[in-house]
Amino acid sequence: MEAYLSLAIKAVFVENLALAFFLGMCTFLAVSKKIETAIGLGAAVLVVQAITVPANNLIYQYLLADGALAWAGLPDVDLSFLGLISYIGVIAAIVQILEMALDRFFPALYNALGIFLPLITVNCAILGGTLFMVERDYNFAESAVYGFGSGLGWALAITALAGVREKLKYSDVPDGLQGLGITFITVGLMSLGFMAFSGIQL
Amino acid sequence: MSSEARKVLTDPLFNNNPIALQILGICSALAVTTNLATSLIMCLALTSVTALSNFSISMIRNHVPGSIRIIVQMTIIASLVIVADQVLKAYAYQTSKQLSVFVGLIITNCIVMGRAEAYAMKSPPGLSFLDGIGNGLGYSLILIIVGTVRELLGSGSLLGYQLLPLVTEGGWYYPVGLMLLPPSAFFVIGLFIWVLRTVKTEQIENAEYQIHQVHRTEVL
Repeated sequence: MEAYLSLAIKAVFVENLALAFFLGMCTFLAVSKKIETAIGLGAAVLVVQAITVPANNLIYQYLLADGALAWAGLPDVDLSFLGLISYIGVIAAIVQILEMALDRFFPALYNALGIFLPLITVNCAILGGTLFMVERDYNFAESAVYGFGSGLGWALAITALAGVREKLKYSDVPDGLQGLGITFITVGLMSLGFMAFSGIQL
Repeated sequence: MSSEARKVLTDPLFNNNPIALQILGICSALAVTTNLATSLIMCLALTSVTALSNFSISMIRNHVPGSIRIIVQMTIIASLVIVADQVLKAYAYQTSKQLSVFVGLIITNCIVMGRAEAYAMKSPPGLSFLDGIGNGLGYSLILIIVGTVRELLGSGSLLGYQLLPLVTEGGWYYPVGLMLLPPSAFFVIGLFIWVLRTVKTEQIENAEYQIHQVHRTEVL
């Protein structure tokens, strides 16, 4: 149990997907002007990440890994080169299913997240989470914890950035840095702040 | 070379840079730039994937129904990235280990999708190919600058050759450790955008709030 807790803390703070690995940067910079929209997008990423990482873990373990097809009587088959295309397929399919399910059963939530859901397919944080899971050889339970933790970390980071940017627009920024430039510098400073966690051994 | 082809090829370098202006493909630009060698390999991989995907998507653009175009593009791009990944694993295994997940992440790199959607779906294959190369080069330009700055200041070397002798080895250069850490990539790109927009003033974004200018004649 303790191992899972420290994995989750590590995924949220120490190895924050946005601030330590730069994943999902495009949406991170583009959709962080308002706190409400940032929270909406963060929640959507959290949900999708928590579902896709364990789902891809099952696919990797039982279909793609070296010798994974032993249950089908094919112990010598190694399909791991098909990984990338299957993961992105799974992610696209899950986002689509989630969109339809939310539309049918939770219309209020669907309307709140609506515009962000399709964007998530091409958010590198989602595919990145899956690829890290494969690279680090997590088992099913670990991957579920990692998916939730990394999604939460990303949501936390984008909400914090949106908070900073809402204040930042009142400040006097040099012309050339206006907009994108100053956002980069701000994210750099936030990332520096999150580096304080990196000494923590869990 | 016709003028249109030249424009397609060179515009993304400074006038319409994918990273500095279009906000595309930033994730990998930051993560792989701790040294120049990995940046170069990444540029090569991304440029070839963008060019080839633009080319193949443009060839089938008239046969793909609009409603399923995204998934068709995704499949083509993912297959090309798998090829790039396998080639790297075969011929540059060490570098491919260093790049870790970021080769796979070319799939979700917005430059590839963005150019496929914005340009290749509307233009003939030849020009789309050039557009892919042009945008790949615009991306490479930033990666190479950031990679050079970070490796030179962070470890005093370029491509592994020691240019600035380090203090620890009897030289005079104190390495800036910060340059090897993630935040420095943000600072370097932020400053690059500042320089670029000082030169190309038409790229400056308007401030959302204008701070009130107090004139001398105004009574407060």
